[in-house]
Amino acid sequence: MIVDTQFVQFESLELDCGATLAPVDVAYETWGELNHERSNAILILHAFSGDAHAAGINREGKPGWWDSMIGPGKAFDTNRYFVICSNVLGGCRGTTGPSSINPATGRPYGRQFPVITISDMVRLQKKLVDYLGIRRLLSVAGGSMGGMQALEWAVAYPDAVASAIPIAATARHSAQQIAFNEVGRQAIMADPDWNDGDYYGKRPPARGLAVARMIGHITYMSDESMREKFGRRLRGKEQFGFDFSVDFEVESYLRYRGSQFVERFDANSYLYITKAMDYFDITNGFGSLAAAMERTKARFLVISFTSDWLYPSYQSLEIVNALRSRNRDVAFCELQSNYGHDAFLVEVGEQTEIIRGFLANTFEKVRG
Amino acid sequence: MKSAREPVRRGFVHAVLGRSDYAIIGEWVEPGSRVLDLGCGEGELLQWLAANKGVDARGIEIVPAKVQRAIARGVSVYQGDIDQGLADYPDQAFDYVILSQTLQETRNPLKVLREILRVGAHAIVAFPNFGHWRVRLAHLFTGRAPKTKLFPHDWYDSPNIHFLTVLDFELLCRREGWVMERRIFLAGTRKIVFLPNLFAETAVFLIRK
Repeated sequence: MIVDTQFVQFESLELDCGATLAPVDVAYETWGELNHERSNAILILHAFSGDAHAAGINREGKPGWWDSMIGPGKAFDTNRYFVICSNVLGGCRGTTGPSSINPATGRPYGRQFPVITISDMVRLQKKLVDYLGIRRLLSVAGGSMGGMQALEWAVAYPDAVASAIPIAATARHSAQQIAFNEVGRQAIMADPDWNDGDYYGKRPPARGLAVARMIGHITYMSDESMREKFGRRLRGKEQFGFDFSVDFEVESYLRYRGSQFVERFDANSYLYITKAMDYFDITNGFGSLAAAMERTKARFLVISFTSDWLYPSYQSLEIVNALRSRNRDVAFCELQSNYGHDAFLVEVGEQTEIIRGFLANTFEKVRG
Repeated sequence: MKSAREPVRRGFVHAVLGRSDYAIIGEWVEPGSRVLDLGCGEGELLQWLAANKGVDARGIEIVPAKVQRAIARGVSVYQGDIDQGLADYPDQAFDYVILSQTLQETRNPLKVLREILRVGAHAIVAFPNFGHWRVRLAHLFTGRAPKTKLFPHDWYDSPNIHFLTVLDFELLCRREGWVMERRIFLAGTRKIVFLPNLFAETAVFLIRK
C-alpha cells in the first residue's frame, strides 16, 4: 500500500520564546480508518531525525521508520486504529523549519528561525489533531524525543489523551544528553560552510553535519552491539593502512551513516531540534516531577531498555515513580536488549506484545 | 497468549485460576474497588478481578518476562521489587493490597506488611503454613530442613527466606494491633476448621490496621 505525505497549513503558531510563526505547514501521514466515534486515533511521535513517514511504502519505495510496528496486525494495528504521524516543528521533511521560506524575506529562515521547544512541537500537533476532528486521542506514543512529546501531550492536554506510551525517554535532558547534543552542534557550527546558518543555495555544512551524526550513532548503540557488529574487523584490507584512510569497519560504518544523513537532513534543523530537546524539562512550571504528573489523566505504558545508556532506565523510572506517587495508572517494563538506544526501533517482538495488549485494554476502557 | 479483549469466563474463581487462595481472594474483594497485587506474576488474578468485579487493577512483579505477559493481558504492572516498590505509593491509595504466597519470600516481611497497611485499607495475605504436620514430621524424622509437597525446595535453592506458621502470623497481628477481619485455612481445596496450625497448608487472612 502506497502512502502519500499530506500537508496542511495553519495561520500561525505562538511559541514559548514569545515569537509567533505565521504561517505554519505540517506534513503528516495517516494509516487505517477513523471510526464513527472518532475514538480510535493514535498519534505516533517521531524521534530526533525521523519524519512523518512512519509506516507503509512511499512513492520512492521507502518503508516507514517504524513500519515493523505500525500496520495491519502489527503493534499499532491499522485494522483497528487510525494512526497519524507528523513531521515535527523545526524539521526539514515538510513541516515548517529553518529551511522553510520566511515570508518576511522570501528566503529560507536560517538563523532567523525562532528557537523552539518540545511544547511548541506538541502545540502544533494539537492543531493538526483538532483539524482532523479528534477530541481525544486513544494514545500518543513514541521513542526518545517522541517519548518526550508523549509526556508533554499528557501534561499539556490531559483531557485529549486516553493513554501515553513514552519509550526510552526522559522527563528532562541530563547533563550527559545535553553534552552530546552540544558536541554535535559545535561540529556543525565549526564547519565554515555553515556560514552562520546561511548556506541555502550554496554548499551546505556537510562535513560538520556528518560528524554530528557520527557522534549521534555512537550514542545510539551499545558497547556490546558495536563489538558484535564490528569488533576490530578491518574494512577491505588485511593490514593497517598506516595512513588515515578507513582501517576499521566501524569507521567505515560511521562515515557511511554520516554522509548518508547529509543527503536527507538539514544542519540548521539539527541545531534547532537538539536545542529543543535540551530545553525539555517537564517539571518546568510545576516545581516537581510528581506535581507535573499530577496533571495527567492518561494511562501510561513506560518502556526502557537494559543497554540504553543514552536514555537509561533510571530516567524512565523517575517518570514511573512520579506517576505512582500520584496514584496514576502506569505499567512499566524494562526490556532486555543489547541494541542500546536503537532498541526502540529494533526490538519489535516484545514491544509488539505489550503495546498491543495495553492498547486493546485502553480501547476497551475508552468505549466503556 | 490470551488477548486482553478475550472475555474471561465468569464463575467460581477456582475454575478459572486453579488456585484455592485466589478463589478466596476473588470472593473477598469488593466490586469496583482499587486493588494492588504484589508479586502478581502474569496478572491472571488481576485480569479476573478486572473482568468480573470491575476493579481498578494494578500489580508489582519483578520477573521481566512475567511483567511483559501481564501488560500484554492489559493489566497495569510495574516491574519492581516488593521490598522497595511500595514506598512511592501515597497513603491509602488502594482498598485492597494482595500478597499471595510471597510474604515468605520477602527480605523484610514486617516492613512489607506495615507498608501494605499504609498504602491499602485492607491487606489480603496468603501464605504456606510452616506449622503443617507434614513439615513438622519431616523436620523431626529427617533431621534436615523440611522438604514437603508444600515446600519442595532444597534449603540452598529455596525462594522462601522467612518461614512462618499460622500461629506466628496471628501473634504478629496481635502484637502490631492489626485487626484480623477474616481468615480461611485450606488443605488443597478443602477448608480446615479444626487445629488450623497443624492441618492448614495455606492460610488466607484479611487484615486492617
